[in-house]
Amino acid sequence: MSTTESTTSGIGPVEGASVYTVDNPAPLIEPPRKRTPKTPKATRGNFELYGWLFMRLSGVVLVVLVIGHLLIQLVLDGGVSKIGFAFVAGRWASPFWQVWDLLMLWLAMLHGCNGLRTVVNDYAERANTRLWLKGLLYTATVFTILLGSLVIFTFDPNIR
Amino acid sequence: MATPVLDKAGPAPEPGFADSPYITVTFRLRRFNPEVSDQATWEDFQFEIDPKERVLDALHKIKWDLDGTLTFRRSCAHGICGSDAMRINGKNRLACKTLIKDISPEKPITVEPIKGMTVLKDLVVDMEPFFQAYRDVMPFLITKETNEPTRERLQSAEDRERFDDTTKCILCAACTSSCPVFWNDGQYFGPAAIVNAHRFIFDSRDEAGEQRLEILNDRDGVWRCRTTFNCTDACPRGIEVTKAIAEVKRALITRRF
Repeated sequence: MSTTESTTSGIGPVEGASVYTVDNPAPLIEPPRKRTPKTPKATRGNFELYGWLFMRLSGVVLVVLVIGHLLIQLVLDGGVSKIGFAFVAGRWASPFWQVWDLLMLWLAMLHGCNGLRTVVNDYAERANTRLWLKGLLYTATVFTILLGSLVIFTFDPNIR
Repeated sequence: MATPVLDKAGPAPEPGFADSPYITVTFRLRRFNPEVSDQATWEDFQFEIDPKERVLDALHKIKWDLDGTLTFRRSCAHGICGSDAMRINGKNRLACKTLIKDISPEKPITVEPIKGMTVLKDLVVDMEPFFQAYRDVMPFLITKETNEPTRERLQSAEDRERFDDTTKCILCAACTSSCPVFWNDGQYFGPAAIVNAHRFIFDSRDEAGEQRLEILNDRDGVWRCRTTFNCTDACPRGIEVTKAIAEVKRALITRRF
């Protein structure tokens, strides 16, 4: 047994000197997607189906609502310069605009919230990160929807 | 189509031929050997080869003539068995169906294992999660009758045409491993499993379509598809994968309403 024999093993040239050998292999990397007891259980129910459908339908409605909103607020009849407390008060005196704004608020918030939920699901890798990001997202959504609805319903132009 | 740059200045491998078809190419391979290092590294191989050869031939040349430790899967070598899907120049392809002249051989050609699955060695990945998702959609004929059939299960040409596209799948995992949702969360069924579910859901002879739809209605089922069309681009068999996924989505919605 010469010393040269051990160096000319079956393993070809590999870049860099190695700390691992056949007898001392590198730590095994667990397959990240193996079905284990920790794997999330299959879900029953149609939540994702309704979520997917809601995104499409609310998107179509929002196109009308938002473009209409932008036209009225920024383009038609004097543009942005006409907006003031009186303008808003005048519009919210009519139930039509109340419903319009309420619908826009709810649909836009839920649409955005669901969209961000899927983004978090797609990009956040750790379960804890997901939990916190989604918690923050739902808190912000609920707060904005409640505050906006409160203002639309209880708006009183007669301040003081 | 432009002819590939012929390396006329370089030494011809076979003297006597005035116009050698051989060109010098550089193959940049992603090497990984868990017995040597837990890090993957790039390794360059430069050699002369006919540009009309396939990437698989180049890999064979490396393994047989240059470095026998190179590890990759291939079986039939003719685009049917689906063993040699790999990421060539950043795109998922079958090495046995990709000609060197088609992938700009004047630049180094990168070859990596497909993404989103655990690399075992060099270009070999652990396909188990992929086949687990495949098994989960029950890719076999299911009928409700318990007795042995007494006659053939006949089907009209139109009924056969309905799922013709998705019968072409060779389970090479090029689509699933090109899907960004799968890269990040392997719990997603992935395009290949949905394609193979589609093949039975829309088969008039099969009677478990409802069950399969219910499986794909899961949180990690078809609704995680973001319609990026990566799978359709990657499929070496030209299956319209994203369209098949959309058809399953539509079947789920029309079933509910």
